[in-house]
Amino acid sequence: MKQKVKARVMEQKQIAPAIYDMWIETELAGQARPGQFICIYPKDKSTLLPRPISICEVREDGKALRVVYRVAGAGTGEFSGYKAGDSIFVLGTLGNGFPLEKAKGKKVFLMGGGIGVPPILELAKQMEADKQIIVGYRDDKTFLKEDFEKYGKVYIATEDGSVGTKGNVMNAIVENGLEADVIYACGPMPMLRAIKAYASEHHIKAYISLEEHMACGVGACLGCVVKTKEIDHHSHVHNARICTDGPVFEADDVEI
Amino acid sequence: MNTQVTIAGVTFKNPVMTASGTFGSGMEYSEFVDLNRLGAVVTKGVANVPWPGNPTPRVAEVYGGMLNAIGLQNPGIDVFMERDIPFLKQYDTKIIVNVCGKTVEDYVEVVERLGEEEAVAMLEINVSCPNVKEGAIAFGQKADALFQITKEIKAKAKQPVIMKLSPNVTDITEMSKAAEAAGADALSMINTITGMKIDIHRRKFALANKTGGMSGPAIKPVAVRMVYQAAHAVKIPIIGMGGIATAEDAIEFLMAGASAVSIGAMNFVNPYTTVEVVEGIEAYMKQYGVENVTDLIGVV
Repeated sequence: MKQKVKARVMEQKQIAPAIYDMWIETELAGQARPGQFICIYPKDKSTLLPRPISICEVREDGKALRVVYRVAGAGTGEFSGYKAGDSIFVLGTLGNGFPLEKAKGKKVFLMGGGIGVPPILELAKQMEADKQIIVGYRDDKTFLKEDFEKYGKVYIATEDGSVGTKGNVMNAIVENGLEADVIYACGPMPMLRAIKAYASEHHIKAYISLEEHMACGVGACLGCVVKTKEIDHHSHVHNARICTDGPVFEADDVEI
Repeated sequence: MNTQVTIAGVTFKNPVMTASGTFGSGMEYSEFVDLNRLGAVVTKGVANVPWPGNPTPRVAEVYGGMLNAIGLQNPGIDVFMERDIPFLKQYDTKIIVNVCGKTVEDYVEVVERLGEEEAVAMLEINVSCPNVKEGAIAFGQKADALFQITKEIKAKAKQPVIMKLSPNVTDITEMSKAAEAAGADALSMINTITGMKIDIHRRKFALANKTGGMSGPAIKPVAVRMVYQAAHAVKIPIIGMGGIATAEDAIEFLMAGASAVSIGAMNFVNPYTTVEVVEGIEAYMKQYGVENVTDLIGVV
């Protein structure tokens, strides 16, 4: 069930330039699935809209969530100042999440790029499959790398070539001669487009997590739509709502 | 204590409604609030055929509010009649359907279809959306055009007609009078205020549509002023909206002359706003010994 609830910040630290890692104590964790997101409300009344942030990790007891986010403006700037013990309001859990069942017994790519890396962590943790984790960064600030190493073989790509393959996650696949039966990914649009093309070329399925500016986060405002191949079930106009019909879509179903 | 209000012969259990476009047809928010507590659900605008809306980004935040340029994406009247009306019929609240169109004929087609449905209590005619190129606001910024479309809709409508007015006009009283003279049963105001935001880091407009409609608490004083002016210019009832976040805000609108209020953008900020406003109005009435909520209308 979607709820807006009061939550408590447990700890927060900066793990890369402008990237923050925060654990939140909330009962919403009990229903959280990999690939879902929560909305966090700034306290400053001039920044009213809730900020959609992907769930990075769920504590085993279902009572706490980890979010790793980038400071992009006033709202996330405020969040970065939160300290242990602070009360915040969160809305969640939102969105469909990654379809874990499609990976069972298969060889998979779990791919994350930039601030699309965090939601791949809980996915990697929960997935039962032959996992190849491929994560891309700008430079040697390879946040969450050690966390990923617990759950599978990790391949790194960096734009400046300081760690792993020089280039992006697609270059890392080629350089390491990797193959998969199914792909799960989150990252910037050029990366997702490349993955969609790769999946189509190799006749495999790719499940990609999209982002868009949102207002409500619950499917009412129709702010965050993506063009779809088929007529969508809500508005019947080839526009799916990223917040509720997604954020995870089968790559073949969306026009990106 | 009596919270009922009557507008054009339709009695609402309380004066709290949802603003069109911020609440879908109630489905999404029924997970958060009991729709039975609301005076009415005002649906998102529906046209004769499905409309795809505008490209993204469609929303952007501004200081104390937001801009939107959704472009009236909607599934069209067929799906709406089959899916949304039966959903809303399950609840003990009034249904007000917001109608949009590109031409007078489009509006009339939807109005006639809705005439078949007794569960629809009123029609709200959107002649004020700033985000579509044809129709909508083109009918709402000139008094003679507004008069004409109101008249044509009134001639076909089975339900009472609310004309939803734009704040993007020189004189709201002139528009209000034109709608009243053409036979409108009520007015609702204000729709969003046209605005613009530029992302200076990317050197681009924040919205794909360049301009969008501003809503949220920052526009409330403008809305209260317009409701007050209109209430003094016409005799037909007014449904007031624009940045209502709390019961105190809602009561301001009632005192300015509105017979009912709608909650819009604040649903996005706090999904429980509607019911909190209902409860807050009741608490205010108790605190000040107000017997009928109608005693608050236009007291200033």
